Amino acid sequence: MIDAPLTAVSFAPLVVALPIFGAALAFILRRKRRTQRLVTIAVLVITLCLEAWMLATVWGGGTYSVTLGGWAPPFGISMVVDGFSAFMLVVSSIVSLAVLLYATSQGMADGDEDGPVSIFHPAYLILVAGVSNAFLAGDLFNLYVGFEILLTASYVLLTLGGTTARIRAGTTYVVVSVASSLLFLIAIGMIYAAAGTVNMADLAVKLPEISPGTQTVLHVMLLVAFGIKAAVFPLSFWLPDSYPTAPAPVTAVFAGLLTKVGVYAIIRTETLLFPANQLSEPLMVVAGLTMLVGILGAVAQTDIKRMLSFTLTSHIGFLIFGVAVGNQLGLGATIYYVAHHIVVQTSLFLVAGLIERRAGTSNIERLGSLAKLSPLLALLFFVPAMNLGGIPPFSGFLGKLGLVQGGAELGTPVAWALVGVSLLTSLLTLLAIARVWNRAFWRKAEDATDPDPLLLVGVEAARGATYDIVANEPASRYSDRGNTALLPNGMLAMTAALVLVGVALTVFAGPLFEFSDQVAGQLLDPNNYIEAVLGTGQGVR
Amino acid sequence: MSTNITLLIVMGVLFAVGIYLLLERSLTRVLLGIVVLGNGVNLLILSAGGRRGEAPLYRSALDAQEYSDPLPQALILTAIVITFAVTAFMLGIIYRSWVISRADVVADDDEDLRVSQQSTFDFEEDSPVPEDTTEFEGEDAEPAGNHPEKGPHA
Repeated sequence: MIDAPLTAVSFAPLVVALPIFGAALAFILRRKRRTQRLVTIAVLVITLCLEAWMLATVWGGGTYSVTLGGWAPPFGISMVVDGFSAFMLVVSSIVSLAVLLYATSQGMADGDEDGPVSIFHPAYLILVAGVSNAFLAGDLFNLYVGFEILLTASYVLLTLGGTTARIRAGTTYVVVSVASSLLFLIAIGMIYAAAGTVNMADLAVKLPEISPGTQTVLHVMLLVAFGIKAAVFPLSFWLPDSYPTAPAPVTAVFAGLLTKVGVYAIIRTETLLFPANQLSEPLMVVAGLTMLVGILGAVAQTDIKRMLSFTLTSHIGFLIFGVAVGNQLGLGATIYYVAHHIVVQTSLFLVAGLIERRAGTSNIERLGSLAKLSPLLALLFFVPAMNLGGIPPFSGFLGKLGLVQGGAELGTPVAWALVGVSLLTSLLTLLAIARVWNRAFWRKAEDATDPDPLLLVGVEAARGATYDIVANEPASRYSDRGNTALLPNGMLAMTAALVLVGVALTVFAGPLFEFSDQVAGQLLDPNNYIEAVLGTGQGVR
Repeated sequence: MSTNITLLIVMGVLFAVGIYLLLERSLTRVLLGIVVLGNGVNLLILSAGGRRGEAPLYRSALDAQEYSDPLPQALILTAIVITFAVTAFMLGIIYRSWVISRADVVADDDEDLRVSQQSTFDFEEDSPVPEDTTEFEGEDAEPAGNHPEKGPHA
């Protein structure tokens, strides 16, 4: 492995190291905002190119491992690149780049040259490094470190500015995250005591030799720790509580990436460490409850960001369903659905940010007329919303179809019940989305309760009205708006780009499904992974 | 694998105290709980390394079995650094929360309370739709709004 020829995969550590160096540089440059932005964007573009190259290398199949520091596995730190991790890396980088450009455009539009957010760019890069590290980690402890890097960055991003609401939400978020991390660390300690290794490939060989009771304990502990991070039902209540208070781009990137890292870890646990599907049935029940409870919460909300946070937790249930089904069909559909969900949920949060900007609020009781005032905004909401609701021919429909097929192929009563629940959830998602659409976009603003003056009259007249309000009440909720552009082109363009990526997932569904099916096959045969890390002839099953 | 009973008891106490504190509503106690729990976990990882042995520095005369396992110690070092960072951040949040609201407790979510108290009746969705909305003037059609109570029975 040390003498391996130089390929794209040899650069895997750079995917983690570059953003960290970039973060340091961006922090040094915090007084020079323009350079700081440039550095951040350049780092993310380079990372994305590297990841795309890696994905091209593993597209046809194959698993590669990079050993760091010259210590032979299982003692050294390995980074593993296979179809799944490379795919997740590319999708997450596309999303984080789009959100960064959106945030940059927002910052430039507001002219926040001396705003309190000079920490935003460094923290954002650290977050990206943590996510990449978690996707590449070849041992459990490195996965833990990846989680901690991304969580610590997320604490900073969530409490940006330190307002009352953010501090309140941030406290809950930090305490819950720390509790889940401690649980994960306990699980790692126990696994090391039981198996004498934390290398995942080595564990895949050694865990089956442990007594079944101990195995179940370790398995459950890992699932609970990852379940908190992925927001799976009984452990999901922190998410809708904390996400909506953050700035729009931060919520968008959290919604896209953080929970999916948890899902990624669950998929690795279920396919590599404990491939026997012992906990398949309980996982299915949990998946069903995640979908139902989440979507019922979404239907009750009046705030768009909170509604989207609830649909986010609800749709995590679909992913867990696919993992629990555990056959190639279900797993393949899950991988496709993860990509779909990352892109669509992020674009919806970006649109919510635009709505908030245009209308001064994201509360649907106070919104109206948006379809008339900004048809482009309506279109940008409509496409990902229909996509989320699973309307054919969008990718949401295709992913759900694959999951339902996987469940039907398994054919147990619980699996059939889950198929029913997932269809009901899709229907309720549509209901929640339709409420937002009817109120925010279709009805007249005059019918809303306490609508923003910007919704009632033309833009120029509204500006005048806003100036008057600001002049009379400097501390009012309009004071941060002055003469800033209502819908900056950069923000619209980035949202549109992400919506287009979502549409591209539909257009290229054929090759993507073929790829995810092949990746699922790869995941179901852990020998690929084990042999790539430990060398040939080490696989057991 | 042998474990040290004293360490086990200390670990148990640390976990119990840590979880108790974590469940409090006061933020400072929650932070203390996290610190205590973190130390409990570190002890757990330490005892996962097995019995103690010689310092893991290579000496040619020593048999491989004589060394103590260095990996858990490396893991603990990393964990300590992470706990340190998180503790510092938590302190920052607690101080900020104190500056803002002069309170050291976890606050309720206003939006949550509002949603839980809202009535099940939704004016836009649940109010009855007027029946007679036809715009065609027929011989038996009467102007809408004259007797809306009659509805379909008319």
